[in-house]
Amino acid sequence: MTDSLTKRLVIAILGWTVALLLFFPIFWMVLTSFKSETDAITARLAFAPTLAAYGEVFARANYLAFALNSVVISVGGSVLALAFAIPAAYSMAFHPTQRTRGTLLWMLSTKMLPPVGVLVPIYLLFRTTHLLDTRTGLILIYALMNLPIVVWMLFTFYKEVPHEILEAGRMDGANTWAEVWHLLMPLTLPGVASTGLLSLILCWNEAFWSLNLTSSSAAPLTTFIASFSSPEGLFFAKLSAASTMAVAPILIFGWFSQKQLVQGLTFGAVK
Amino acid sequence: MSASLTGPAPGHDAKAAPAARPVARSLLVMPSVLVLLAWMIVPLAMTLWFSVRQYNLLDPSIHGFAGIDNYTYLVTDPDFWASLENTLILLVAVLVITVCLGTLLAVLFNQPFPGRNVARVLAISPFFVMPTVAALIWKNLLMHPIYGVLGVVAHAFGVPPVDWFAHYPLFSVIAIVSWEWLPFALLILLTAVQSLDTDQLEAARMDGAGSIAQFFFITLPHLSRAISVVIMIETIFLLSVFAEIFVTTAGGPGNATTNLAFLIYSRALLQFDVGGASAGGMVAILLANIVAFFLVRTVARRLET
Repeated sequence: MTDSLTKRLVIAILGWTVALLLFFPIFWMVLTSFKSETDAITARLAFAPTLAAYGEVFARANYLAFALNSVVISVGGSVLALAFAIPAAYSMAFHPTQRTRGTLLWMLSTKMLPPVGVLVPIYLLFRTTHLLDTRTGLILIYALMNLPIVVWMLFTFYKEVPHEILEAGRMDGANTWAEVWHLLMPLTLPGVASTGLLSLILCWNEAFWSLNLTSSSAAPLTTFIASFSSPEGLFFAKLSAASTMAVAPILIFGWFSQKQLVQGLTFGAVK
Repeated sequence: MSASLTGPAPGHDAKAAPAARPVARSLLVMPSVLVLLAWMIVPLAMTLWFSVRQYNLLDPSIHGFAGIDNYTYLVTDPDFWASLENTLILLVAVLVITVCLGTLLAVLFNQPFPGRNVARVLAISPFFVMPTVAALIWKNLLMHPIYGVLGVVAHAFGVPPVDWFAHYPLFSVIAIVSWEWLPFALLILLTAVQSLDTDQLEAARMDGAGSIAQFFFITLPHLSRAISVVIMIETIFLLSVFAEIFVTTAGGPGNATTNLAFLIYSRALLQFDVGGASAGGMVAILLANIVAFFLVRTVARRLET
């Protein structure tokens, strides 16, 4: 009995130590964001909390413009991806052909193209079409980037809807649009929502294309934070405040969508 | 339901519709297929084309067919081999750290203990931190030799603080990237561990198998599939680690932390050598394709069952 108690105690201590260690950098970032710059460069835990750093980020860096870019680009990219993916997933789930399986796998394989392999042509194409440093440009890239994952996730959700329900609707004279919009959509809304959420998280944190294709007017938070790389990064409190605001919303979304994340990121290969 | 039994809905020809529609509806996949095809083929063809061209954005007077010159130049460039080496070291190191620790942690977080759900959420959180934030928080708040937490802790113990990014640059990048990806491995593997049949473990325990034997003979084989998925997905992302290097070391000191992705970026957007960058791009695509081949095969097998 004592043996199993010791074991359980060891597991609890180990589990919490690991969790706190992994979370420590985030905790420290949030803590530092409430310090003054002079307190920030000391590791002291006792300090007078202040919102000065937040105030300064808002005042000096035009933070809201970057945040707005992040929101517009992430939402835009996700909505666009869903708009293409919903008909595709519907068609493959309910009207499969011999090519459906191959198409799904091929879509997955497009995700494997390393972004850096096509950086040069995309950059040049964007330059010619004046899409560099525009929200439209990033929205297009993000929609295409996430399209395979979004199709895959929706496909797995649609697969679980009984065909009979849609067939009944068809018999009642529902056209394709009504079938998808009025029957399938309400049935699979949680699935669509969690797919959108995953896409949102991936867009929000994407840092390769945003760093390379935007500089100022369309730059999202990833690019804004990168501007702290040096020497401004030595203003620890300001860096922390800006980072905390950039990370907080997505961290909370992430906590709620762990399950979908596993499904989406492994293409259903791990359940 | 009765309406559907009594006859076709007004305005619809019940006979013609089912024959005509499935074709049209299975075509709804086409918009996605076409945009993805364009997204894949156009840049790929352009990269291939540029890689055999002389093309520098700074000097438009130099142009023409280069044949394999860009590739020859690439493979005779010591920076290229260094970047390939860095890419592979980064890849293997992060994979070993995240998969080994991830497996152990998945088993740990599968044991019941007080506050386990909160602990899990805390442990998984780093995955949701954007790469630029992760890198700068580590570089400045934690690893800064004077003001960073590690420096202060070292000082408290009377150990001279380490200037991580100056002396162990690649190790520092590995640490940051591992911190980002360990939660991913943990999350996937935890999901897999949870689907383990507890009866089997119970039976093994009855037969006198200890915890370690249970782990190696039951849990680990059960996880093998999930582990291979983690390895392949991480590989795809780790081959193009960019933001973490961009904001911390910019590839330096020298070329100590230049990986293939950063090399291509600097060739293309700092030196404007489109031809050379494209040749590098082709190498990156080739590398990723080798991995992709195995990943697609694994997922395809899953699709059968």
